[in-house]
This record gives sequence, structure tokens and C-alpha cells, in this order.
Amino acid sequence: MHELSVARNIIEIVEQNVPKGELSCVREVMLKVGEFSGVVADSLKFSYEIITADTELQNSELKIEAVPFRLRCNSCGGITTNSCGLRECADCLKTDTEVLSGEELKITEIILEDKS
Amino acid sequence: MSIITVERKVLAKNDAIAMDNRDKLTGKGIFTINIVSSPGSGKTSLVERTIEKIGSRVAISVIEGDVQTDLDAKRVSAYNVPVVQIITNGGCHLEANLVKDALGSIDLAKTEMLIIENVGNLVCPAGYDLGEDLKVVVISVTEGDDKPLKYPKMFMNSKALVINKIDLLPYVNCKIDELKSNALKINPELKIFETSCTSGEGIDKWCSFVTGSIKKYPV
Ligand SMILES: Nc1nc2c(ncn2[C@@H]2O[C@H](COP(=O)(O)OP(=O)(O)OP(=O)(O)O)[C@@H](O)[C@H]2O)c(=O)[nH]1
Ligand SMILES: [Mg+2]
Ligand SMILES: [Zn+2]
Repeated sequence: MHELSVARNIIEIVEQNVPKGELSCVREVMLKVGEFSGVVADSLKFSYEIITADTELQNSELKIEAVPFRLRCNSCGGITTNSCGLRECADCLKTDTEVLSGEELKITEIILEDKS
Repeated sequence: MSIITVERKVLAKNDAIAMDNRDKLTGKGIFTINIVSSPGSGKTSLVERTIEKIGSRVAISVIEGDVQTDLDAKRVSAYNVPVVQIITNGGCHLEANLVKDALGSIDLAKTEMLIIENVGNLVCPAGYDLGEDLKVVVISVTEGDDKPLKYPKMFMNSKALVINKIDLLPYVNCKIDELKSNALKINPELKIFETSCTSGEGIDKWCSFVTGSIKKYPV
């Protein structure tokens, strides 16, 4: 369950990027999570919820955009998307391919409600 | 409503500390290995066989990562090499800052190769760079030939694969060619070794690969 450690890192980044006094205004933290980032989206959301309970971030939640695993073939140039992590080009079956996406684990945006 | 654009890797802090570790270690000419596997695949046994084989030529230090107990550190220290134990207290993987702290207890000037045994877990350690030169995943033939397909992330992120317990091949339903081809489907660049830490088979090849990776000891 390394999602707990990942959630702690997210909170730290949120705290570094939101101006002091506005943490309680955070509503959504936008993430890009690759299919092979090694993180399970539901466990991550759950961990975040547990750690932020009774803190200034208690009204915020993670919004996760799942990023598919995509390859470009160095041989035929074809683009392959698969959900099993195989490095094989779907067109020519060669494995000389480059990973384009699917391994990322990034925070992209933090969305705050205006202070009332 | 306002939006703050961040665009930051979630594990950026770990990555930065890992880079510091790497600079420090490579700066001292130390070759660092991070061994990962499921519990019981043979990480500690591989460390023991490696020390037995090359420990008299290469100054090896070891960091042992475990959830509980210093049993592995005790096993390895019987081979008269410096060992530092990290106990994660439930943590399912090592992180770069734990290794950074452990480096403080190692005499780096007297180390040529650092071996880090990660916590036994085929999932969680994959995303955490520790600052190593070589991440090696160990799998034993008793685990079955489908593991690279079921735990692809670990095989994607490793540079070498050690298939261990090959002495047990006659007794288990594991096709080693299938295992290798599955691993290469996930990571075509993997260097693959076959070993038995019990009989010693294959340890020579593994050891000449790692010593060859230290610039001072050409094979
Ligand atoms: N038959 C056989 N047994 C082995 C081999 N390598 C290791 N073992 C046995 O497998 C068991 C686990 O080996 P360890 O080296 O402790 O495995 P580990 O990966 O360090 O285990 P954890 O640190 O607990 O995750 C021990 O009983 C070893 O003696 C091998 O090549 N063949
Ligand atoms: Mg061990
Ligand atoms: Zn192709």
C-alpha cells in the first residue's frame, strides 16, 4: 500500500503551492495517473481521504485522469495502445518501441473555491 | 473559483533525493545495485552468493530493507561486510531518504559496490528511485512463468532479471523460456541471468556482469 506515501507527497505539494490561509478553499486536486504508474486510483483516493480528514484539506478530493499506455514503433512508426504493458507494436509485432505515455504520476492543477 | 497550475511529478521529492544519492555514490566511484522481488525469491541469498564470489576482490557494503527484524542483516554480516539495516515499520518499500540516512553509517571511502536489498514486494518498490545504477528484479521459478505479465511495472523499471531457484525446475510447472519471453515482451532491454543460490549455478555469470559494471574491474 504505497498509495499512502504517494498521498502524503500530494498533500505536501498542495501545501507548497496554495497560498497560506487558503488551504481550506481547495476543492479539487487534478492528477494524471498512468496506467503503469504503479498506483491504484481508488486506493490513492481512499488514502488521501483518510489523511486529510479533520484537516484544512478535508473538503478537497483527488480528480484522477487515467493515462493509457501508448507506444510508438521505431520500425514502422505505428502507434499502439494496450492495457497489458507489452512493448510490442500492434502493426508489425516488433518490440523496438518507445513508450509515449502511461508511466506518469503528476499533479497538474489545484482548484480552489473563492473565499466567502 | 481559481486554478493553480502545478505540473509537478508527485514523487519529485523522492526523485531529487535519489539524484543526490546517485551523485554522491557515483562521485566516489561506487556501483550501486537495488535488488527487488516478492518475499522469499532469494534476494538475501543472492547477496550472500555474490559476496562469497567477489567479496575478496571488491569492497562491498550492504543496506538491508525490511518491514520488521534485522534477520537479513544478521545473515549478511556473517560474511564480514559492513551492513546497515533499515526497518520500515510497516512501510512496503524503501524510499530515497531512508537510503540517504543509511549512507551516513557507511564508510563510502572503503566501498566499491553498494548492494541495497529492498523490501520483499513485487509492486510498491517499482516507482521509487533510490539512486542506484542497476535495479535488478529477482524471480524464482516457483512463482510461475506468468509473473512478468501480472506485475509488469517492476519488469519495466528494472535493467536486469535474475531467475533464481533453477535447481527446482524439475519439480515445478514453470517454463523458463516462457518466463524469459514474457519478461522481454514487457522490457526488451532486460539482461537476464539464471541462477541457483543453492547449487551456485549461474552465479559466475551474474558476478562477472556486476564486476564488469564497476569500471575498475574489467571482466
Ligand atoms: N532451492 C532453492 N532455494 C533457494 C534458492 N535461493 C534461495 N532459496 C531459499 O529460499 C528461501 C528465501 O530466500 P531468501 O534469500 O531469504 O529470500 P529473500 O528474497 O531475501 O526474502 P525476503 O527478504 O524475506 O523477501 C530461503 O529458504 C532460501 O534458502 C535457490 O536458488 N534454490
Ligand atoms: Mg531477504
Ligand atoms: Zn511497428
